[in-house]
Amino acid sequence: MNRFVRRAAYRTSMFLLSVVLVVALWEMYKVVGPQDGGKLFGAGVLPRSNDTAMPHVWTMLSRYGRPEVRGSDKRVWVVVLAGAWFSFRLSIVGFLLGSSIGVGLSVLMSRFRLVERGLLPYLVVSQTVPLIALAPLVALWGGKLHIFGFEWPRWLSAAVLGAFLSFFPIAVGTLRGLASAPAASVELMESYAASWKQILLKLRFPSAIPYMIPAFKLGASGSVVGVVVAEISTGLKGGIGRLIIEYAREATADPAKVFTAVFGAAALGLTMAGVIAISDVYLMRNRPKETSS
Amino acid sequence: MKKSSIKLAVAGLAALSLVVAACGGSSSSTDTTAAPAAAEVTTDECVTPTPVKLQLQWFTQAQFAGYYAALENGYYTDMCLDVTILEGAVDITPQTVLANGEADFAISWVSKALASREGGANIVDIAQVFQRSGTLQVSMKDSGIASSADFKGKKIGNWGYGNEFEIFAALTKAGLDPAKDVTLIQQQFDMSGLLAGDIDAGEAMTYNEYAMVLESINPATKALYTADDLNVVSYEDEGVGMLQDAIWADGHRLFDADYNATAVKFVAASLMGWAFCRDDAQACTDIVVAKGSKLGATHQLWQMNEVNKLIWPAPAGVGMIDEAAWTRTVDLSQTAKNLEGGTVLTKAPDAAAHTNEIVTAALALLTEMGIDINGAAFAPITVTLTEGGN
Repeated sequence: MNRFVRRAAYRTSMFLLSVVLVVALWEMYKVVGPQDGGKLFGAGVLPRSNDTAMPHVWTMLSRYGRPEVRGSDKRVWVVVLAGAWFSFRLSIVGFLLGSSIGVGLSVLMSRFRLVERGLLPYLVVSQTVPLIALAPLVALWGGKLHIFGFEWPRWLSAAVLGAFLSFFPIAVGTLRGLASAPAASVELMESYAASWKQILLKLRFPSAIPYMIPAFKLGASGSVVGVVVAEISTGLKGGIGRLIIEYAREATADPAKVFTAVFGAAALGLTMAGVIAISDVYLMRNRPKETSS
Repeated sequence: MKKSSIKLAVAGLAALSLVVAACGGSSSSTDTTAAPAAAEVTTDECVTPTPVKLQLQWFTQAQFAGYYAALENGYYTDMCLDVTILEGAVDITPQTVLANGEADFAISWVSKALASREGGANIVDIAQVFQRSGTLQVSMKDSGIASSADFKGKKIGNWGYGNEFEIFAALTKAGLDPAKDVTLIQQQFDMSGLLAGDIDAGEAMTYNEYAMVLESINPATKALYTADDLNVVSYEDEGVGMLQDAIWADGHRLFDADYNATAVKFVAASLMGWAFCRDDAQACTDIVVAKGSKLGATHQLWQMNEVNKLIWPAPAGVGMIDEAAWTRTVDLSQTAKNLEGGTVLTKAPDAAAHTNEIVTAALALLTEMGIDINGAAFAPITVTLTEGGN
């Protein structure tokens, strides 16, 4: 236990150190960087370091404590936190949708070679469709689609777009993982007359986990990106994506404000990654640890 | 507003629309070359309100205050309409939403909507709410851009997405080639490009981006920018103003008597909302802010006031489509060349692209109700902007 605590403390301090480093780099650039940007061969390469383009870290942080608009009793951090929470829930829904679809497809593909041959190219093609082209179409399902008396809510469209980005890495990763079970083990199971289902649950899935965890991490961040882009694209109210675009409109006079929403989105992505990391620790608990020398 | 007065007015309108129908009898439902006449508005007691969806061009802001005022003050309810206002977003095109039947009415700029119509969307301008163009090209005083002729050799910011046609019209009028004589720069929907010096003249709406500049600190004086620091080219004054926010309806459904009657009632109630905003800009701003707009309150009040200037006074009656302005918009849409040498429209839209039948019936209704539809006495208020518009 003592070792665990030490390890946690070490990790936390490293994270804090990295934050301090990023802040120091930002502020240092503000001191030495050109106010109006640097040009190399006529093309701008160095970003501007003035307060409009790069507000001071403390300006951005203090913006959290001030009201969103004057006369409003809501402070920015409350609004950003509420937005991030809203988008987080959508991302979770999108991620769950995406992972069920992804895992389902990969099982289907690993069972039938024909399905894999036929389906995989379409999955690849699906990921080349730009999200912003898809978003308005899916958004229109809101309030229009009725399935068995269930009215399609607008937020579900954003979650579906999150699922759209998350299912692909999960399907491909899981498929690879399911095929990774050692041939000898599969043959052993077959010699015991194990059914396909038994082999899948007792052998293939456990051996797929090391492949699935990174796939789920990709899927989780994909879900966040999908939800935020869908919010920006379709103007869904309440989420962090909508906040980013609304605050961006005020970037002329209040540049610090847009950063508050951007940090909110970053925190959202980190939280999602954290959720997956925790499940990683749980699922991998019985495996031999890789020794780091 | 008392119910009885509305009933009386509706009765009056019914009588009037009979006259209108009699006059325009030839343009009956089989005639597709012209927009249909306004339907008779029934005087029945409101049993179930008609559901109506209105698609806006952008997020909730004072640009759409009239519709929100009509909703909040119950003008739609009084007309037996159950109106839902749909906000716009980055990738939402109101004309497309309307043409797909996802909304019953949409707010759109005329040139953009006509381009959609040319592409096959049967949508009709039934009320020209904004009578004047609110587009400006804003530059710093020292850059010496006093008119569109001075654009030559300058970096001109524009938004794209169909919001840039007036720039091309002005360039064409000034005899400049957009491809050679100016550097066109895609501009974000804020003014930081102008303040940073990336562009010499930024595209701005009187009611929004222009205020953003005036809400920013001028590093030279450490105070807010003032109108004296800036040069403003108004496309309306340059003679290339194109019609903007209008209410568009579904051309097919206008032949349906029920939808047509709904359109008359919807336009009437909306214009009532705009009349309310004209008389009480502050109250209207409060409505918009309460509807969840994230823009600051003084910025919204500025926007409300500037939008009022685009609508009022309306000598021919609010919402009437001025034939001269319509023709100018259509002509410019066909002659203003963009970077590729193309124009917005390849040919003039057919006569059914706009109609004053609906708005005429709606204005008759409003006149019956004693509402001032001209706003001859309209005087804008003075709004003092603060840093950040808060």
